[in-house]
Amino acid sequence: MSIILYTVATLAIIGATAAIILYFVAQKFKVFEDPRIDEVEESLPSANCGGCGFAGCRAFAEACVKATDLGELNCPVGGAETMESVASILGLEAVKKAPRVAFIRCNGTCDHRPKTNAFDGASTCAISAASYGGETGCEYGCLGYGDCVAACEFDAIDLRAGMGVPLILDDKCVACGACVEACPKNLIELRKMYPKGRKVVVACRNEAKGGVARKSCEVACIGCGKCEKVCNFDAITIENNLAFIDSDKCKLCRKCVSVCPTHAIIEVGFPPRKIKEEEKESSTAK
Amino acid sequence: MLKTFNLGGVHPPENKLSADKKIENLPLPKTVFIPVAQHIGAPASPVVKRGDEVKVGQVIAQSSGFVSTNIHSSVSGKVKKVDVSADSSGYSKQGIFIDVAGDEWLEEIDRTEELVKEFNLDGSEIVKKIQEAGIVGLGGATFPTHVKLVPPKGMKAEVLLLNGVECEPYLTSDHRLMLEKADEIMVGIQLLMKSLQVNKAVIGIENNKPDAIQLLTEKAKNYQGVSVVALKVQYPQGGEKQLINAVTGKEVPSGALPIAVGAVVSNVGTAFAVYEAVQKNKPLFERVVTVTGKGVSKPSNFRVRVGTATSELVEAAGGLPENTGKVISGGPMMGRAIPSLDVPVTKGTSGILLMQEEESKRGEVLNCIRCARCVSVCPMGLEPYLLMTLGEKNIFDRAEDERVMDCIECGSCSFTCPSHRPLLDYIRYGKGKVGQIIRSRK
Amino acid sequence: MKNIFTVAPSPHVHSNDSTQKIMYRVVYAMLPLLAWSVFVFGLDALRVTLIAVVASLAFEYLIQKFLLKVKPTITDGSALITGILLSFNVPSNLPWWIIIIGALAAIGIAKLSFGGLGGNIFNPALVGRVFLLISFPVQMTSWPVNIKSGIDAVTAATPLGIIKESTSIADALNSLPSITDMLIGNTGGSLGEISAILIILGGLYMLWKKVITWHIPVAVIATVAIIASIFWLINPDVYINPAYQVLSGGLMLGAVFMATDMVTSPMTPKGQIIFGVGIGLITISIRMFGAYPEGISFAILIMNAFTPLINNYVKPKRFGGK
Repeated sequence: MSIILYTVATLAIIGATAAIILYFVAQKFKVFEDPRIDEVEESLPSANCGGCGFAGCRAFAEACVKATDLGELNCPVGGAETMESVASILGLEAVKKAPRVAFIRCNGTCDHRPKTNAFDGASTCAISAASYGGETGCEYGCLGYGDCVAACEFDAIDLRAGMGVPLILDDKCVACGACVEACPKNLIELRKMYPKGRKVVVACRNEAKGGVARKSCEVACIGCGKCEKVCNFDAITIENNLAFIDSDKCKLCRKCVSVCPTHAIIEVGFPPRKIKEEEKESSTAK
Repeated sequence: MLKTFNLGGVHPPENKLSADKKIENLPLPKTVFIPVAQHIGAPASPVVKRGDEVKVGQVIAQSSGFVSTNIHSSVSGKVKKVDVSADSSGYSKQGIFIDVAGDEWLEEIDRTEELVKEFNLDGSEIVKKIQEAGIVGLGGATFPTHVKLVPPKGMKAEVLLLNGVECEPYLTSDHRLMLEKADEIMVGIQLLMKSLQVNKAVIGIENNKPDAIQLLTEKAKNYQGVSVVALKVQYPQGGEKQLINAVTGKEVPSGALPIAVGAVVSNVGTAFAVYEAVQKNKPLFERVVTVTGKGVSKPSNFRVRVGTATSELVEAAGGLPENTGKVISGGPMMGRAIPSLDVPVTKGTSGILLMQEEESKRGEVLNCIRCARCVSVCPMGLEPYLLMTLGEKNIFDRAEDERVMDCIECGSCSFTCPSHRPLLDYIRYGKGKVGQIIRSRK
Repeated sequence: MKNIFTVAPSPHVHSNDSTQKIMYRVVYAMLPLLAWSVFVFGLDALRVTLIAVVASLAFEYLIQKFLLKVKPTITDGSALITGILLSFNVPSNLPWWIIIIGALAAIGIAKLSFGGLGGNIFNPALVGRVFLLISFPVQMTSWPVNIKSGIDAVTAATPLGIIKESTSIADALNSLPSITDMLIGNTGGSLGEISAILIILGGLYMLWKKVITWHIPVAVIATVAIIASIFWLINPDVYINPAYQVLSGGLMLGAVFMATDMVTSPMTPKGQIIFGVGIGLITISIRMFGAYPEGISFAILIMNAFTPLINNYVKPKRFGGK
């Protein structure tokens, strides 16, 4: 009997002492954390891609909770839906952001851009770009080793080995911007997304003079300025022998596509044009 | 026992095919392209424009800062244009195109072969002449020489070291220069000694050039304070820090300049250029270039005007061999593979090496087997295998702690790796990134 | 046609050495040992080696081809070495299926699950050996008698077994083979461990071909010799002559062929000496105070685990001090 008593008593004393110590330790090292951080974090996609500009979803959630206005904060992966749920948790207003999509501004695939030398170093764009201008005459174009593919957390870039230029898969791209950072040639741009994945883009970054650019690549922008003149929406600017279409101003009228002499401006996602085929026929007839 | 440096090193096959070929003058080209950035530091700014008539030796681009140099015309003729053209990396760089007409030199240049021994300029006057003549280190690094000759405040040079090592395989331009212009080099050394106010100069020459060692030892007897030391053949002995270590036994501390141990290192080719600049008023617009390679029918040493296209040199050495796979500007260890033969010779071009198809591809990259060869050959005592991994994984703070910035890019690690791993590629990349991080901190 | 030149960052020449060449040099260094084991144990030794080699190569090929779906690397010679080394560490009368299990443990568990050649933390052959030693202790420690002694193969004790089991040193010395026999390899034991002279010969060949450096073998053997000498000098009645400690068991084989495995040993000479001393200390401790008569395999594996730590803390001598 006394054994049971002693046992119970000893355990009770140890338990009580431990509880008291724990209580004081907890008081001493207490860190206040807003419970909303966890809530916000849960509503995020947990991709930890860094597309928001923060080191992972947790850091973004902390920033959201601290912020008084969500205007500057955006989770590109989750998009408007996620931001709305974040806003509702925090009792703030969601600012609607137009969805964006990445695009590689180079169309210099192997058939357009003849090889002038063969790079035999470590197969990454970063190392290749740091030591040489590239395997073709164009020092601005895509190197094709796929640093962007490696940087993409969403499998949204297809290397297209052998083609020379990777392809971004619009349906998977969340516009996190990791590839933009990874590309040493600065080719990738986050453009406004239009319905059906339609876009009109200058697929070239070549800043060399027209003749030089054309010699190195069939589909290089030569900076002739025809597109700038034909554009009714001031969406096109020419700088350093290179045209650029502002995707926020572009209305997808496609006038520039038809005037471009080198087919540097490309249209994506449109049904095939009738006029174009007629033109082709007439040119072959000649 | 011959002297050499303490740590690491490799011994690639020497292949000095052109060692007994006298230096010949290369025929004048029809056009030249003279880049304005041929040195470390700020590019020079062009002072001529299209249509200007220029003479040989005339300044065509002015130095744009202290760490920068003048660029002189290497030919006479008419400026065709000032424009960009692809350099040895394939990136466009600014330069001056000149159509050659005749060979008219500036009058003040003494074109005779006569040796001018006496000089009565003081140190700063000599430095000024060197600066005006656009002289850079001709060993390949192309660091402006006048900068080296003005030590930072509070530091004093004690000894001048002359680099006659030529540790790169194949190259023989310095070797030939030492044999053919020994007296001129000696006078150049006297001038450099005077400008640095040192009374001791040591010429380091690797033991595979016994004729040069013998000749220069003989000549050195007539010049106060100059001596020659024979060194064991070991790459990268021509590296500044390695040469200082081999000759004086001192180690330049990490991150410091050679002057920290009282040494200034200059190439023998630079000493010759200094002689010409000071005693003959001839700026740096031509240099000796070795054209070599296993398939080359006439391996040669040429005196070449800066701006001459590589193709002209290849033509003069018997034409481009059928199976050329790689063209290297410089030596096989640290030289640069060039993408086309249009690339011009610059002040830093010590050789043109044509490699055959089968020599020019790297082997298949296999797993690291941790054999530690890269560690044992690294002349800076680094761990290349680790630095490569850190570069691959973008862990730059650790790379900095592991002293990636100490790497001299000699390539001994990649040379020796049995798994053909691109060690130096990644180390160089990591070094670039760490350099950016360090600069952004300031 | 315009030439398309290759461009690449420097250097543009290579030493011509290759991983494969290094691996085959190790194989060459082991061949005399193999020949000697056949001479001593008869064709059984060849049978064990062949099974081990074929099993190792087959597992490497099959796992890489069908499980990992990568290009098989059986031609690089590393699986060949693992196979030979595994066979060197087992008795010549080991049943074939046990050898195959050992090869699977070595190649499958110790090597390929860590990423293949270069990725493994532990020496694959030793993992195989220890796996077998723990799983099949009886078969792994029944040593056939030297066929030259004329008796038909039954089990006999190894020198270390004799030392462990003898009641006194004097008793042990009576039944131990002579030092000369142990040098030449005229004793019982695993295939590759018996002839000290041939092991040293192989080691010298690898030193000459720069496959290994002297640091690890010398550190291991010197540590064992020094510790054994100290104990022997204190009390020669209880502790055996250091010459026996050095020459018996797998110490020589382990020090020369297994501790020096590039993949699992430290990178710097200083680190290699620490590694070697550690192996020596653990080996002698197990031999003197442990339950097993031999401890070199455990010692090497334990120090293998320390290799990353040693690499992390022991840096080469940097140029320019600090």
